[in-house]
Amino acid sequence: MADRKITFPADEETIRSLRAGDSVHVDGHIIGIRDRTQIRIFDQGVEPPMDFSGAFLLHTAPGVRKIGPGKYAPVSIGTTTSARMVRFTEPLGRDYGVRAICGKGGLPDEAIEPMKRYGMVYFAIVGGAAALETTQIEEIEEVAWEELMPECLWKFRVKDFGPLTVGIDAHGTSLFHDVQEAAKKRLEDLYARL
Amino acid sequence: MSTVATDIQKAVEDAAAHLYVWALKDIPQDLRDAIRDARERETSVPGQRVLDTIIRNVAIADDRTTLVCQDTGIAVYYCRVGEHFPLHPARIYEALYDGTERATVEHPLRSNTVHTLTRENTGQNVGYRVPIVHWDFVPDWDGLDVKCVPKGSGSENMSFLKMCVPADGVAGIKRFVLDSIVNAGGKPCPPGIVGVGIGGSADYAMHLAKEAIARPVGTRNPDPEVAKLEEELYGLLNETGIGPMGLGGDVTVLQCHIEHADTHMTLNPVAVNYQCWAARRASAHIAADGTVDFDREA
Repeated sequence: MADRKITFPADEETIRSLRAGDSVHVDGHIIGIRDRTQIRIFDQGVEPPMDFSGAFLLHTAPGVRKIGPGKYAPVSIGTTTSARMVRFTEPLGRDYGVRAICGKGGLPDEAIEPMKRYGMVYFAIVGGAAALETTQIEEIEEVAWEELMPECLWKFRVKDFGPLTVGIDAHGTSLFHDVQEAAKKRLEDLYARL
Repeated sequence: MSTVATDIQKAVEDAAAHLYVWALKDIPQDLRDAIRDARERETSVPGQRVLDTIIRNVAIADDRTTLVCQDTGIAVYYCRVGEHFPLHPARIYEALYDGTERATVEHPLRSNTVHTLTRENTGQNVGYRVPIVHWDFVPDWDGLDVKCVPKGSGSENMSFLKMCVPADGVAGIKRFVLDSIVNAGGKPCPPGIVGVGIGGSADYAMHLAKEAIARPVGTRNPDPEVAKLEEELYGLLNETGIGPMGLGGDVTVLQCHIEHADTHMTLNPVAVNYQCWAARRASAHIAADGTVDFDREA
């Protein structure tokens, strides 16, 4: 389990060098996205006005303070549960070249195959740790689709964003899958003791 | 007397506005201790990383007086109203509503409340039947206790109800709780507090489960049989290996709290309500003269 520092946008080779369990800190640009943002892109067929190639997508709906037209300062930026948005994994990799999806709680097993095929990873962040996360966001550089507030498309510039744990790598390993399988085996023993 | 009533309504509103923000920024000491203990017990590397990050996050929230978690939740209040408290519950509700709204605007806090069908945001963390307020009425008393529990959605989404049958027995209850927490995995931000409601009716079991998560961490049900079940489930849940944020480890839950009610002879309901590690709560006692005492630990 290595400690890595990666700058985003990132290329496929860098992403494929990561292994489940690695600890990662991120610099560069990340894009905030959520349920309604992805429903608009994929279910309503609206092209996103930001470049997703090589991108790091963060599952978030930030708490912000408006400081000017189209300009916001962070109040509290944290991360939401990823599992709700698993069905977007494949088209994000296939159609947009996304390299990393980051959220909390993991993605179900249906994300494993697309991540392997298109060279993507899932980063597990510590859910609820918004006080820390907010200090790692240097600036909200851009916001699109403000009418979806707070579920807009956000572009953040970050420094030392993390620690993140590679929860699903691009080689077919998912910590969430492994933990569930192990838990199901343990449950059989636990049932016997009830 | 209307002047007195107006003043006391303002006192309750001010208390609610303060409680909501305070709960979001400053988590109780019993919870901090439980997280520290969890870090000492945890042996998995990703699990330790998660718990170290949580401890660091709480320290940053203290230093900068910022929110512990970005999810300002749905505002839930528990009220204990003395029979002689000089403000009617209809006005107490109004005060809690206004206080929640004011705190959201003034801070500002992220507003989460939407119409359940149209999904349009309904305002400043208030709306139809929001905030959610639970009531208890206390005879021979003139005070008011208000506990604010901003409830995050990541953990609330991991709520489960099963109408076990009497023949399922206590084993059926235990099995359902275990299955629920394994099924929830990392989604509710473990390690948190598992609230279990048993008995009553379907709706009341879930109400009791929610009441259980709002207790100080590690308190035990006064009924020794129920307290024994709390201890047993706490141990079993931590043998599942789900671990902090579902990444695997020794600490899956900080505690298991159970509340119970008597039930029908053919019923055996069990409800699970999860509270994330950021188990925020803050309380105030409001005296009949409008004096307010705040208590983070209640």
